[in-house]
Amino acid sequence: MQVNNNNEFQPLIVAFCCNWCSYAGADLSGTNRLNYPTNVKIIRVPCSCRVNPMFILRAFQRGADGVILCGCHPGDCHYTSGNYFTRRRMTLLFSMLDFLGIERDRTRVEWVSAAEGAKFAATMNEFTEAVRKLGPNRRLEDLRCRKQ
Amino acid sequence: MQRIGVFVCHCGTNIAATVDVKAVAEALGHEPGVVISQDYQYMCSESGQNLIKDAVKEHSLTGIVVCSCSPRMHENTFRKAAAAAGLNPYLVEIANIREQCSWIHKEIATATEKAVILGRAAVAKVHLNAPLTAGESPVVKRALVIGGGIAGIQTALDIAEAGFEVDIVEKEPTIGGKMAQIDKTFPTLDCAACILTPKMVECAQNDKITIHSFSEIADVKGFVGNFTVTIKKKARFVDETKCTGCGLCTEKCPMKKVPNEFNMGLDNRTAVYIPFAQAVPKVAAIDPNYCLMLKNGKCGVCSKVCSVGAIDYKQTDKFVEEKYGAIVVATGFNPIKIDKYEEFAYNQSPDVVTSLELERLMNAAGPNGGTLLRPSDKKHPHTIVFVQCVGSRCEDEKGKPYCSKICCMYTAKHAMLIREKYPDTEVYVFYIDVRTPGKNFDEFYRRAVEQYGVHYIKGMVGKVTPKSDGKLDVQAADLLANEQLHIDADMVVLAAAIEPDKSARPLATMLTTQMDTNDFFTEAHPKLRPVESATAGIFLSGACQGPKDIPETVAQASAAAAKAIGLLCKNSITCNPCVASSDELMCNGCSSCEKVCPYGAITYIDKEFRMPDKTTRIRRVASVNPAVCQGCGACTVACPSGAMDLSGFSNSQIMAEVDAICK
Repeated sequence: MQVNNNNEFQPLIVAFCCNWCSYAGADLSGTNRLNYPTNVKIIRVPCSCRVNPMFILRAFQRGADGVILCGCHPGDCHYTSGNYFTRRRMTLLFSMLDFLGIERDRTRVEWVSAAEGAKFAATMNEFTEAVRKLGPNRRLEDLRCRKQ
Repeated sequence: MQRIGVFVCHCGTNIAATVDVKAVAEALGHEPGVVISQDYQYMCSESGQNLIKDAVKEHSLTGIVVCSCSPRMHENTFRKAAAAAGLNPYLVEIANIREQCSWIHKEIATATEKAVILGRAAVAKVHLNAPLTAGESPVVKRALVIGGGIAGIQTALDIAEAGFEVDIVEKEPTIGGKMAQIDKTFPTLDCAACILTPKMVECAQNDKITIHSFSEIADVKGFVGNFTVTIKKKARFVDETKCTGCGLCTEKCPMKKVPNEFNMGLDNRTAVYIPFAQAVPKVAAIDPNYCLMLKNGKCGVCSKVCSVGAIDYKQTDKFVEEKYGAIVVATGFNPIKIDKYEEFAYNQSPDVVTSLELERLMNAAGPNGGTLLRPSDKKHPHTIVFVQCVGSRCEDEKGKPYCSKICCMYTAKHAMLIREKYPDTEVYVFYIDVRTPGKNFDEFYRRAVEQYGVHYIKGMVGKVTPKSDGKLDVQAADLLANEQLHIDADMVVLAAAIEPDKSARPLATMLTTQMDTNDFFTEAHPKLRPVESATAGIFLSGACQGPKDIPETVAQASAAAAKAIGLLCKNSITCNPCVASSDELMCNGCSSCEKVCPYGAITYIDKEFRMPDKTTRIRRVASVNPAVCQGCGACTVACPSGAMDLSGFSNSQIMAEVDAICK
């Protein structure tokens, strides 16, 4: 969580992007100069199925306000079936987070292909706004991890 | 203790204009383990790379972070530079501060802050990078070309020329594709068949080329250098090895009312047929939807007249498995269906035709033997209206957003040919823009207007109404004269947009290659790698990648062949060393990882372990075959004991990145 000069809440968004579709989609939105907020920080993974639910929880523990996971469209996975695993795992994780009282809008899975630079930028704009509205993540942040 | 070097690139002003690169270098210099942090104009330039090489030697670096463009761009460049300086190439990490920072953000302060965070994450990750050594895997010296149009034919010929075996898989009974249906080609007006058929024959005669006609791809397994492909050879009810292509069966077949797809359904063929005279292979096929013998069990004329006994009503689909080192996709295009454009009355009048139908109507081997006659009453048309951009450059759901690229030129060609052959015929062309970029293209279009007197009118046709006297009332706007026009036309020709072949989408799924939103295959890099897909070993040829005319298609086909040959020349290729591995001490042999592996790279072995009390115990543990593993990481998450990890993207590395970003 950060607060800028105008005292406006700046959410910290961690985006996991698969190397083949979404990371390329993010690159394309860069090449096309399609803006999205600086709040979004991308971590490259080979496939969305590489993202362990643990990574997402860790991000929340360390103070992220929203985590988004992007992969290839179902059926288009570079590794044939990776994103199907992602879909199932994240359904489970998100329902668990729901049970814990974490707002659904803090987490999202989105399919972005290498050609969808515009969709990537739009998704990031939308997601950042959604998280901004929710305010800081207080429930999952571990205050002991916060930098003094 | 790690000794890390950080190098921040200005990329001219691409990065430096929005990111304070000096501040980034300064901030990252204070990160733990960083011994040198500098910025430079162009890190990818030779002097930039030398900067890295010198620093590795001077400061005995154990890890490198380059803050620059996307790793998809220059990761390899910097890995090679590291290797040249004696550092393991996998100890290099890239922080993407161009595509994912400077190019999308405007404010210098926040963009710089983000660049520092991205750099920090890369430093945190490189702390945990392990030196990796890439293994090698052999290359099967045989190529597969999917699609037998001009793109596939050219690619196959070029690969065969280099001395490699190549198979063409074509879904129709003959190779040739769309070009075989075309009458003349622009801008030279030479006969399409005359330049295509020698190439088709060359394919058949080349002993390096095997043609699987009337076949489809059923399954693709494996990876670059080592694909296993299952080809479905559809039942054609004629023994390919026996049929001589004499055509007697087609003459005698009593079922003569089958729409002839080669002539766009403008005339009929028989149930047993050879698509056209120059078909390769010249082998008949029986259409099971119309054959009386296959439908009702009564007839058998073709089998009686066949002197070599090639007819086989009991033939079934056959599956053959072949191994290939490289695959070239050349699935081509189709004109879109224009039934939904009701305003053009395509379904109401046979005299409204598409351009490809016009090609057949004008072709000597077409339904009218080359004389242009109206399909409705077989009379000579005196007024012909061409409508451009039907479904192209279209914002709504019905059409395609892109320009189909070839329509302007083939319409000019049609108009010119008609005016040349029938000077009494008036030709009108309605256009949005006339696009003629290409060698001799604009000269060609101007000839159509100036020399042949074709009426080009800027504007769109609003409505075509069939009239009781058999004519078509064409209602249109002339945008330049700003007036409404009514033309009494004998024929209307629609330049339908082109779209990728329907077989492309399921094929892309099998090949795990990417497609754009219009189902054209996506190239690895739009400028620098235009004939490669992002999936190693899969190359793109022709209109499956985007709309193209014949010269461009042939150029791309040869380029794809060159890339495939480059791969096939190698005896072995370097494997990706970022593969999974299991910690045998932690693995409990539960099989979770084996079940999720899409490549079958994980097997279980019984291994002897020495216990603390000095006894030995045999336990079942997972073992990953690094040559087969592609490094997706599905197993790492499935593993309940945390034994499975992925080199290059390990749990601790990703965790370190998360921590660095969230700090």
